[in-house]
Amino acid sequence: MSAAQAAPRVKPTSLTFQDLLFRLQRFWAERGCVIQQPYDVEVGAGTMCPETFLRVLGPKPYRVGYAQPSRRPADGRYGENPNRLFKHTQFQLILKPPPVNVQELYLESLEAMGIDLKHHDLKFEEDNWEWPAGGAWGVGWQVMLDGLEITQFTYFQQCGGMDLDPICAELTYGMERIAAFLQDVDSIYDIVWARDPETGAAVTYGDVRLAEELQFSVYNFEMADVPRLWEHFNSYEAEAQALLAKANALLQDENASAVEKKRFPLLATYELALKCSNLFNLLDARGAISVTERVGVIGRIRNLVVGVAKAWALQQEAG
Amino acid sequence: MSDFLLEIGLEEVPARMMAGAEAELGRRVGDLLIRERLLAPEAKVTTYSTARRLAALAEGVLAKQADTEEQLTGPSWKIAFKDGEPTPAAQAFAKKAGVAVAELQKVETPKGEYVGATVKRLGRTAAEILAGELPKEVLAIYWAKNMYWRAGKPERFVRPVRWVVALMDATVVPLEIAGIAAGNASRGHRVLHGEAPVSIASAGAYKETLRKAFAVVDVAERRQIIRKALDAATRTVAGARWREDEALVETVTHLTEWPSVILGDFEPEYLALPEEVLVTVMRDHQKYFAVEDEKGKLAPHFLAVLNTQTDAEGAAIIRHGNARVLRARFKDARFFWDVDQKTPLAARMESLKTVTFQKELGSYYWKTEQNLAVASSLAGTLKAVDFPFSEEALFKAVELAKTDLTAELVKEFTELQGVIGGLYARAQGLGEHVALAIYEQYTPASTEDEIPVSVEGRLLGLADRIQTIVAMFGIGMAPTGSKDPFALRRAANAIVKILAEAGLPLTLGDVLAASSAEGGNKAQVEEFLRERVQFYLKDVRGFAYDVVNAVVAAGFDDVRDAIARADALKAARGSEDFLAVSAAFKRIKNILKQAEEKGFALGSPTSVKLAAEAQQLADAAAALAPKVAALREQRKYGEALAAIATLRPAVDAFFDKVMVLGPDANLRGAHLGLIDEVLRGFSGIADFSEIVAG
Repeated sequence: MSAAQAAPRVKPTSLTFQDLLFRLQRFWAERGCVIQQPYDVEVGAGTMCPETFLRVLGPKPYRVGYAQPSRRPADGRYGENPNRLFKHTQFQLILKPPPVNVQELYLESLEAMGIDLKHHDLKFEEDNWEWPAGGAWGVGWQVMLDGLEITQFTYFQQCGGMDLDPICAELTYGMERIAAFLQDVDSIYDIVWARDPETGAAVTYGDVRLAEELQFSVYNFEMADVPRLWEHFNSYEAEAQALLAKANALLQDENASAVEKKRFPLLATYELALKCSNLFNLLDARGAISVTERVGVIGRIRNLVVGVAKAWALQQEAG
Repeated sequence: MSDFLLEIGLEEVPARMMAGAEAELGRRVGDLLIRERLLAPEAKVTTYSTARRLAALAEGVLAKQADTEEQLTGPSWKIAFKDGEPTPAAQAFAKKAGVAVAELQKVETPKGEYVGATVKRLGRTAAEILAGELPKEVLAIYWAKNMYWRAGKPERFVRPVRWVVALMDATVVPLEIAGIAAGNASRGHRVLHGEAPVSIASAGAYKETLRKAFAVVDVAERRQIIRKALDAATRTVAGARWREDEALVETVTHLTEWPSVILGDFEPEYLALPEEVLVTVMRDHQKYFAVEDEKGKLAPHFLAVLNTQTDAEGAAIIRHGNARVLRARFKDARFFWDVDQKTPLAARMESLKTVTFQKELGSYYWKTEQNLAVASSLAGTLKAVDFPFSEEALFKAVELAKTDLTAELVKEFTELQGVIGGLYARAQGLGEHVALAIYEQYTPASTEDEIPVSVEGRLLGLADRIQTIVAMFGIGMAPTGSKDPFALRRAANAIVKILAEAGLPLTLGDVLAASSAEGGNKAQVEEFLRERVQFYLKDVRGFAYDVVNAVVAAGFDDVRDAIARADALKAARGSEDFLAVSAAFKRIKNILKQAEEKGFALGSPTSVKLAAEAQQLADAAAALAPKVAALREQRKYGEALAAIATLRPAVDAFFDKVMVLGPDANLRGAHLGLIDEVLRGFSGIADFSEIVAG
């Protein structure tokens, strides 16, 4: 008989999905991080939120964490696949500059979620990250816990096509994976999201999100109106481009005052760029972007995103 | 004599880069110590590494360089001293030499009396030199990808440096690397030892001290531990073996500090999935070793190499976790397989129109049409000589070869392109010939790889690759220097390898003609293929470069024939007579070149009366030529070369006695005509003038 057939004595965690998030947030709050709320514009990843994408630029230190719902329309599976979601939760953390014990802190954060590292196998395996449309890349690892990738750990090197100095460490925890792993459930939808402290009644991930996965899969794959999506795209792009042109003229104007420069709405411009990025993902999921068009459209988004980053760097230097 | 230890503590280094960096560190430390005269003759440098450290131990280091004495000579005595008093010239020299004027001596030289100075140089200590030089050496180590981490970006390295140990025996060498001052504090395994520093008492105690802190720093030892642990874990399943995978052993060796192995299981129902998919998931995605039964069939187990050692409870948790991940991946794969079966390969042709092959060229639909044209031309050549193969299967395979690009399973496992198409073709009942040809269309992937087994697979591989090469060259995408983004060299290597090893009645010319390349494009591709034949002969077959040059100069169109000629030439190269004839051919070539530069015309050797030695050479060559031609015709190259070697006495005598480029224009022309005939008559197997003696 194989040793592997010994009865597993694996005790699932009693922590709920929200407990895990609370613990993670508490842990990082105690280590000097701002705990932000999720950004309220659709993004494909926590990196794209201004709290990461713009804050990493320039010299100012910053530490922030937030749980970001991240939308990838093409990954939707109508709620039928136990491992894949249209929208998943990234706990995103930025440490700028990274402390010398950043890896040790990370391990402590795992223990804060009840992971006893003495009973697990943890490896840091090379995995470099890039977001071409954001002119952003970094080197780092996928952190593997018993063969499961639970975190992307990146040392940001460039953003918006600009070298970063200081650099920052970006930790992205895949919360659904971690919760399913610790609760030992085979489907994300069986994750216990919350438990009533009095009755013990569980609310599952499926209770909270299944309808959303189903309906958005239907919309993203079947019903999103392609010509209208293009209209939205073009319209957001046009507004963003117009704002960018004004921003560049103003920020390079030596006679303009610092106050005038500081109040220019680059954050709003960036939201318009994020809208375009999400619309692109939707069009892609609808199969509406041919391969030949693809590179061109990504280039248009890049122009907006990198354009905002460059203008933002100038705006930070003003006064 | 001392031992010197350097350890650089790092955050986890990519496994693929470690072996090269470790060797380079050893080289740099050794070279520095030798350069600085700090290494005793019996010294040795040993290197170590784990996932998060890189170390070198030099045993037999001198504490200090030997003192040296140097004799310097300055200006002439007369200029340096006037009336016994030192002049500014003497003072300047003394200052330059670093001695007092009073210490200057008079030295007698053949040119007269000069000022001399004896300069003593005290040897510097090893600690001083290492502190100054070693940090630069460490930071110069090559990494495939570097990063910045400190503010102000003072240095780049593979990952942040977190600690440095530098010890001369028990004493810290005060050096600093990337802002970290060296000490004697190392670190152990993150979890098993914890964060407490590990103090290294002396350089020589490094390895054993770290072992107590749960880090096996000797890579060979770690590799051995892993292999034994894989064996031991596999023995718990009767009759089972783990599937040997050297590359994976290397990877996990460099991913760990304190390895152990667990055996886990998966549900036997997943064995219904193709083995290729199961192994790819285990090996490439999870870094697990596959397990097979006594018949070599995959068994429902896996082996995971851990970077920890744990108790029974931990082992159960880890096994359970890994099995859970694997099950989810297999479940996904099965889901994709099932989804893909709903659209058979034949129904996917249309959708290839939306998959770009190359922006300026077209889609994979276009690519497939092109491949079909090339394949039908190749098929024609084979049919003309009644070579057995199934034309119908070939065309079907070419037609469907790229359709798996639209399959979900290929999107998930891109490395299984072709393989999955083949498996689908089999599952969809398209016949074994079609399935196999699609399956093996991308082999050989490298020069070590085997060529396809089936004739149809070989033809598909040839057609696909030559079409790609010719089309890419056509739009100016030929590889340049180290840039070969479309892996065209690899594609051409595969063409050469297939032609060399498949026994197909095809030459490179046939393949190129089938691609309908024309004009400059064709010439360019031809030249490219010539380079690849040279590469194949030299790097894959191991022929010496001069043999390769000689053979290829006489033709490379028929790859197998070129190999046969190279074999014969390699054997003949040992014979002195042959080398002498080769040398003579080189001389002939030079003389002909000279003659051409001077405008000397070639004449007929029969037009004048020749000297006896010249006539003898003419006769010998004339007698030998038909014999050599016949042997060459029969591809008896060894015998042909032996025959050519018999020309030696005649050639030697000719060059000994005859002045080839004499003043008499008629005679000169006749000589030139003669040697030109000899050269051309016997260069059909190889251009012997390329052969380098010795």
